[in-house]
Amino acid sequence: MATLTPERISELEEIARRLRVDSLRLIHRRGAGHPGGALSAAEIMAVLYFHVLNIDPARPDWQERDRFVLSKGHASAVLYAALTRRGFFPLAELDRWGEVDCPHQGHPDRLKTPGVDMTSGLLGHGVAVGAGLALAGRLNKLNNHTYTLLGDGECQGGIVWEGVMTAAKYHLSNLTAIVDHNKVQLDGSVREIMPLEPLADKWSAFGWHVEEADGHSVRAVAEALELAQQVLDRPTVIIAHTTKGRGVSFMENQSAWHGNVPNAEQLKQALSELGEVQHG
Amino acid sequence: MAEPSMREAYGRALAEYGGVNPKIVALDVDTSASTLSNFFAQKHPERFFNIGIAEPCMVDVAAGLALGGFVPFINGFATILSLRALEQIRTCVCYARTNVKIGASYAGLSDFKDGATHYSISDLANMRALPGMTVIVPADAAEAAAWVPIVAEFDGPVYLRISRAGSLPVFNAGMTLEIGKGLTLRNGKDLTLVATGAMVGRCARAAEQLAMMGIDARLVEIHTLKPLDRELLLQAAGQTGAIVTAEEHTIIGGLGSAVAETLAEAQPVPLERVGIQDRFCPTGRDLDTLMDVCGLSVAEIIAATKRVLERKAH
Repeated sequence: MATLTPERISELEEIARRLRVDSLRLIHRRGAGHPGGALSAAEIMAVLYFHVLNIDPARPDWQERDRFVLSKGHASAVLYAALTRRGFFPLAELDRWGEVDCPHQGHPDRLKTPGVDMTSGLLGHGVAVGAGLALAGRLNKLNNHTYTLLGDGECQGGIVWEGVMTAAKYHLSNLTAIVDHNKVQLDGSVREIMPLEPLADKWSAFGWHVEEADGHSVRAVAEALELAQQVLDRPTVIIAHTTKGRGVSFMENQSAWHGNVPNAEQLKQALSELGEVQHG
Repeated sequence: MAEPSMREAYGRALAEYGGVNPKIVALDVDTSASTLSNFFAQKHPERFFNIGIAEPCMVDVAAGLALGGFVPFINGFATILSLRALEQIRTCVCYARTNVKIGASYAGLSDFKDGATHYSISDLANMRALPGMTVIVPADAAEAAAWVPIVAEFDGPVYLRISRAGSLPVFNAGMTLEIGKGLTLRNGKDLTLVATGAMVGRCARAAEQLAMMGIDARLVEIHTLKPLDRELLLQAAGQTGAIVTAEEHTIIGGLGSAVAETLAEAQPVPLERVGIQDRFCPTGRDLDTLMDVCGLSVAEIIAATKRVLERKAH
């Protein structure tokens, strides 16, 4: 991990801003996607892909690379934005996202998109698959680390906790989970649909080291991920407090923007709020 | 039952082959003393993972291990794997094409003491419907053991259906197992019995009795339900003109359905399906009696044969 200089922090903040812009453009063009959870995860994805993950776009199958599983596969737009900005494939390929002959799928497909370590879409798989990847890393005596990003609503599903128990049983300190805790899900607020609190205590009771961080502070996210690497006897979860739809006033905290598509007018306003200079 | 159990033969073969291929890992869900993956656990403890009573999680952990370059054999009860963990198998194994091998134990009615919750009579339908899944049903203990190295070295998801019990032995060392290639175990011209799993031995017995009645039955073992040996089936249909299928599974979606689909499209001939007739089955005192009661008896095979020959004659 590179040193977290003020320049580096501004760089990562700018990358996060660009990931938001890219995500909204992609979703708008395809006429489908999930803006709310893509926008809430922008800083997390920026820090992972441009500061933390030891990966090489020239060798997407490099065995010793760090692994990332987007458990909340709905946020595919922000993953594709990060992968293309990181150099795994040209941004132009995403112009046709959604066409039947475009390789990149609605949800991440490891066989079709370079840099996608695991197929996802239906919720709940990231921690358990990540535990398997972390076990494999240990058996292969690799020094790599596995990361997974899940949603808070996702934590309502039992298989998440099955994976959490497994990772704790095997003391998988080479596994880190990040919960994008934006407090809003499809039908409303998490608190209203199925309360999760005390979420940090739950993970802690299940044997994980817990860090809480402001998920929109690249410094806080980066520091939490760095701390996670220093925990040697158990896996770490970072509860990243975020805002669904972050950065676009009319999307923030609105469950309606979980899976809605901005029209041309809305996109224009959103990009303007995100500081994007628009031509024409 | 005098015959060796399929689960023991499988468990010992897995432990042994784990010594040959160091990339093999095994997982279980608190059933290793039942599935007999515990032979592997004892021999290769560093490569054995007991995930607790959480089949969906086991599938996902195995997918992760496969992504990391290992060849995971997951072990559990067929009914739970094929129902509760079906989404994980669909998404993280078949769709993601991870090299996971499913040792689906206690299949069919073989857990006769535990009743309908534990019977696995729709697993083949579920597995056969998944794109990318290879479905293998050994006929006896020796065959199950012989499949282990083949399955381990095959690149891709495999569902290997393992009985808790033994069955009438049919496999011998002279037979060559190849995925997708059925075996003609007995030649005959009047009709073909097409069987899988424990029903292969029962059909062999039926064929002997039919011979005494002057009926010359061919016997084809379809160990691989998917990909199906279409060529062998069409040849049998063409040469004998009538088919009886037999499986320890509901007649919906398993071998009988697979054969019916194939013949209906390419070579329609009279067909009768022996299997469980769309019902839940009761608890039994022993497997043989239970199978007889549930429509899988030798007498049922003979009755189906007579029906199909009647139709062939008209």
